[in-house]
Amino acid sequence: MISVLPQQLVLGLLIGGLYGLAAAGLSLVFGVLKVLNVAHGELIMLGGYGAFWLFALAGVDPFASLALVIPATLALGAVLYWTLFGWVVRYHEETRIKNSLLIGFGLALVLHALAVRLWTADERSITTRYAGSVVEIAGLTVPLVRLASLAVALGLIAALHLLLIRWRWGRAIRAAADDWEAALLTGIDVRRAYVLAFALGTGLAGAAGVLVSVGYSISPSIGLEWTLKALIVIVLAGLGSTFGTFAGGLVLGVAEAVSATVFGGPYREVAGLVIFFVVLVARPQGLFARR
Amino acid sequence: MTARGVLGSIAVVGLLANVPFAVHRDDVLNFLVLTLLTIALAQSWNIVGGYAGQVNLGHAAFFGLGALVTRTLWIAGTPVVVAMLAGAAVAVAFALAVGGAAFRLRGAYFAIGTLALGEILRITVGNTLPEISTLPATTIATYRLATRYWLALTLASLSVLAVAWLSGSRLGLGLQAIREDEEAAEATGVGVLKLKLLALVLSTALAALAGGAFAHYHISYYPSHAFGPQWTFDAVLVTFIGGVGTRHGPVLGAIFYVLLKEYLAIRWVDFHLLIFGALFVAIVLLLPGGLVEIATRLRQLLPGVARLRS
Repeated sequence: MISVLPQQLVLGLLIGGLYGLAAAGLSLVFGVLKVLNVAHGELIMLGGYGAFWLFALAGVDPFASLALVIPATLALGAVLYWTLFGWVVRYHEETRIKNSLLIGFGLALVLHALAVRLWTADERSITTRYAGSVVEIAGLTVPLVRLASLAVALGLIAALHLLLIRWRWGRAIRAAADDWEAALLTGIDVRRAYVLAFALGTGLAGAAGVLVSVGYSISPSIGLEWTLKALIVIVLAGLGSTFGTFAGGLVLGVAEAVSATVFGGPYREVAGLVIFFVVLVARPQGLFARR
Repeated sequence: MTARGVLGSIAVVGLLANVPFAVHRDDVLNFLVLTLLTIALAQSWNIVGGYAGQVNLGHAAFFGLGALVTRTLWIAGTPVVVAMLAGAAVAVAFALAVGGAAFRLRGAYFAIGTLALGEILRITVGNTLPEISTLPATTIATYRLATRYWLALTLASLSVLAVAWLSGSRLGLGLQAIREDEEAAEATGVGVLKLKLLALVLSTALAALAGGAFAHYHISYYPSHAFGPQWTFDAVLVTFIGGVGTRHGPVLGAIFYVLLKEYLAIRWVDFHLLIFGALFVAIVLLLPGGLVEIATRLRQLLPGVARLRS
C-alpha cells in the first residue's frame, strides 16, 4: 500500500494544479463581485467540450485550442454577467451572495440539460497521438499530457497574477474587490471592473475545462464535482492570493491521493468534502476573509 | 386557516382518497403518487428553506436516510409504517448531530456546507452499498399500487397540514423573523439556534417519511440513488417556482413541475430541467413570490372574482 503512495502523490499533484486553476476563476469572481457562481463547474464543462469538438471536428490540438476557447469563454462570461449576474450586484453583500447562488444553481441545471441534449451524456476525452507518452522521473511514471497541463495551469495563474498587478484594469478590479464604494469615489468604473472580473473568471474556467478534457475526461455531469473542488480549494486557500489558490489546489490533490491510498479509491472525494465541511464550520466567518 | 379553507381541504383529500376506486389506470396512479411525494418533499424543504430562509442543499441526505432505513427494515419483515417511523427517527438523529455545526454557517455558506454533507453521504452509501436493491419476488407478487397511493396521499396531507400549522404558529413567526434579520431576531428574544433546530427536525422527519414512501413504492433502485442531489434540486425548484415560504406554493409548484416533466419526458428525457432551470432563474430575478404571487396578482386584477370569493 505504501509503495504506491509516491506514485499517487505525483498524480495528486498533477490534478491538483487543475483544481487550483478551477478555483482561481471562482475565487476571482467571488472575491471581487461577492457573487458565488455555483455554475462554475458547468463553465469548465463547456470549455472542455469546446476543446473536444475542435479536436474531433477540425483536428485542432487541444493545447492550441486554448487560444480559441479562452476568448470564447471570456465573451460568454461578459454575456452571462450582462444577462444574469449583473442583476444581483445592486443588493447588499449577504443578499448578493445568496441570490447569485440561486441564479448559478438555475444556470447549472440549464447548462447541464443543454449539454446532454446537444452532446449526449457520454463520457469523452481527447486522445491525441502523444496521449500515451510518459516520462520516468526517479522511478515514477509521469503522464506527459498531465505534466504539460500542470505547466499550462501554472502559466495561466502567473498571467492572471501579472494582469491583476500590472494592468490598469487589473488594479481597478483589485480596488473594487477591496472596497467598491471607495473605488467608485476615486473615479474607477466599478461596473466595468465587475464585467472584466467575471469574464476573466469564466475564461479561466474555460481554460481549466480544456485541460480536463485532454488529461482526464468530461461529460455533461462533471459540473457539480468541479464546482465542489473549486469551493474546497477556496476554503483551504482563502481569497485574494492567486498563487495561494494554486497552492490550495495542490494541497487538495495531495490530500485526495493520500486518502485514496489509505481508505481506498472510492473515498477520494470524501476526504476533500470532509475537510471542506470541518474547515467551513470551524471558521464560519473568517474563512473567506481576504488575506 | 379559515373554516372555508379547512372544509375545502377535507373535501379535496376525501375526493383524492377515492381515486383508486374510480381510476384503474396505473399510469394515472403513478403520476399522482409522484406528484404527492413531490409535494411532501417540497413542503419539507419549504420549512427550513422557505420559512427559516436557510437554503439547505443537502436535503437529499434526509430523504435517502429515510429510504435506506425503511427499505432495509421493511424487506426484513417490519410493518412498513413502523419502518418509516424508524427511518424518520434515524434521519432526525443525524440532522440533530450535524445541525448544530451546520447552523453555524450563514446564508450561502450554509448552502454549500449542506451540499458537501449531502455528497459525503451519497458517495459513502454508494461505496458501501453498491448493489441494486430489488424487492423479493413474493412482495412483488402482492404489490398493490393503491396502497402506495394512499400512503403518499397521507404524507402529502401531513406535510401540507404541518406547514399550515407552522405558518400561524409562534415557531413559524420566529422562523420568519430569523429569515428577515437574524441579528434583530436574536436581539428581540428569539432563540435562533433552538428554533432553527426545531424547524430542521420537522423538515427532516417529513423528508425521511417521503423517502420511506419512495422505498416502499419503488421496485428496484440503487440505494445511493435516493441520496442523489436531484432530490434536493427538485425540492428547491418546486418550492421556488410555486412560491418559497408560502403554504400553497410547494403544492402548486409540485403539480406544475410533475405535469410538465412527465409531458416533456414523452419526447425528451430530462428536457424539463432546461425549462425549469430557466424558469427558476427568472423567478429569482423577477418574481420572488413564484406562482402563488401570480395567482394573487391575477385575483387583484379581477376584482369581480375577488368579491365572489370573499
